Amino acid sequence: MSNILEVKNLTMHYETLDGDVDAVKDITFNVKAGESFGIVGESGCGKTSVAMCLLQLQAENGKISNGSILFDGQELVGMSENDLRKVRWDGISIVFQGAMNAWNPVVKVGEQIREAMREHNPKSTKSQNTEKINELFNMVGLDSSASERFPHELSGGMKQRAIIALALSCDPKLIIADEPTTALDVVIQDQILTEIKNVQELLGLSLIYISHDIAVIAEMTDKIAVMYAGSIVEIGPTEEVFKSPKHSYTRSLLDSTPSIMGEKKKLRSLEGEPPSLINKIDGCSFSPRCPSPSNECKNQSIEMGLIKVGIDHYADKCCSGCISE
Amino acid sequence: MLTNAVRVVSVNNLIEVRNLVKHFEVSGGLFSRNKRIIKAVDGIDFEIKAGESLGLVGQSGCGKTTTARSLCLLDPKTSGDVNFYNSESQKMESIDEIDDEGLRQFRRNMQMIFQDPYESLNPRWTLKDIIKEPLDIHNIGDLKDREEAVIEILKTVGLTPPQNYLSRYPHEISGGQRQRVSIARTLIMKPKFVICDEPTSMLDVSIRISIMDLMLNLAKELNVSYLYITHDLAVARYMCNRIAVMFNGKIVEIAESEELLQNPIHPYTKRLISSIPIPDPNYKRERYEVNYDELDKIISNNPDKKMIDIGNGHFVASHDTKGFFIET
Repeated sequence: MSNILEVKNLTMHYETLDGDVDAVKDITFNVKAGESFGIVGESGCGKTSVAMCLLQLQAENGKISNGSILFDGQELVGMSENDLRKVRWDGISIVFQGAMNAWNPVVKVGEQIREAMREHNPKSTKSQNTEKINELFNMVGLDSSASERFPHELSGGMKQRAIIALALSCDPKLIIADEPTTALDVVIQDQILTEIKNVQELLGLSLIYISHDIAVIAEMTDKIAVMYAGSIVEIGPTEEVFKSPKHSYTRSLLDSTPSIMGEKKKLRSLEGEPPSLINKIDGCSFSPRCPSPSNECKNQSIEMGLIKVGIDHYADKCCSGCISE
Repeated sequence: MLTNAVRVVSVNNLIEVRNLVKHFEVSGGLFSRNKRIIKAVDGIDFEIKAGESLGLVGQSGCGKTTTARSLCLLDPKTSGDVNFYNSESQKMESIDEIDDEGLRQFRRNMQMIFQDPYESLNPRWTLKDIIKEPLDIHNIGDLKDREEAVIEILKTVGLTPPQNYLSRYPHEISGGQRQRVSIARTLIMKPKFVICDEPTSMLDVSIRISIMDLMLNLAKELNVSYLYITHDLAVARYMCNRIAVMFNGKIVEIAESEELLQNPIHPYTKRLISSIPIPDPNYKRERYEVNYDELDKIISNNPDKKMIDIGNGHFVASHDTKGFFIET
């Protein structure tokens, strides 16, 4: 399969009054057509910043200093606003965290989707658009009459489904889902996840799924990247990473996730807090919280970077040294 | 290893809830005479023993938080009995019958931890004042005692050294630390019973476990009982000895945590369990389908609220006299 998205050495920082915040550091990954790619990490690790860079929607003070983003052969970094409009929604669409609260309260849901369709595909007629909206609503498990309702008439789960329909409205090739179920309870989350999976299979879409919940990532993705302090510390096929996590941070994440399956075990908490990205970090950014750091890890001149640890599986140099056993 | 197994659960009930009902009246509109009644909590029974944690799980809107609010008298209940063990008279007392002094006593013994540590702490107060406030209200000890108590409790919840935190404001500390402050403020009263309303759902995964472990350790040390409200069964399993499953204002199943997860009987419990993501990419989860409308109809057609005891302290609602939910 060919790559639909190729991100190479992407580096982005936010310029603030206190100095530069290195939110995304030298990130490289590819997403194949039809593949689900997961990005996991705790808040502030740069997950959402990566998503914003992919759509070139980063905040005004967010500056990409290096790297390239190739989507379907087109370079997105430095592309003009006009050309970007054709990529956004037609090529890549995004479901934000809590997006269900972003509906305009005084316009019917269907009309808001129609607005996006008109903008991106002026030639299609109103009846064609309506037909498509009904089709999309059925696809995400909503009754087509829901498009004639106002946002306050829909429950949280229904609004989130409608958001997914909106994201699909212009036939994108890649959908970015940024914590799409965080504000919902487990049963609704389960329904939304199933809906996303079905739609993805049905339309052969590529998916980038961003979450802090490693259990959801395990279910949704073929390949994952674990992010810490703005860098990818481990990347590989989901099964492989879960079976033999190489980075100490990945292990900590797995050890701190409660499950209803298997024997009830004592979970290990991860002490400390992620480092502030405003200070330059030399050496391993995880070593202050690492449960088993070696003397080498604490050495600030240690060279960082991903090395191959398995088939398609890469982890940070520092940790792949200590966790060989 | 069972983390809860080491906890001493006494045989005495600390709190007993019998047929608790909380209805809300919703008017049909400005000029409408029709009043609709929302049955947020519709006749639930449970009891919590001293030192035990009971998990209350269910979807948003099923009445979990309303139950908690009725229990600690934040919302007056519509009907039903709540009995609380009075350690002075050494017997169960109904909260309807206690006098003002008894009520103060009751409030000392029952505290609440809220979901959002960003909203439940006063941004203009220093941490010392925030944690000290309950002592001021209940007029416990003199100023020096109170300050010592604050320092002591900060150490207990792992905010060390305490001197670094006393004069800080909530915005100067992280989310995990803020939730520790909420816990400190709750535990400074040395309560017997703490209601926790999704205390970790706003926190990051890595911080979540340390807060949960802290709460488990404190429960053991101080012999506190918890009513732990959550929608995540994996969290409930980790935190609680027993779990009660709520659906539309009713408890449909209640059992020991492991028993409930391994041997669920009510279809709604099965649905809930089948919707929890498993952190294992090879595990193929199968959704257990439930027709909510049908379930709701069966429940409202069979207002008989008797729970069937199926052994091992496992109770399940019997909405249908024919034993609809129990396959024999």
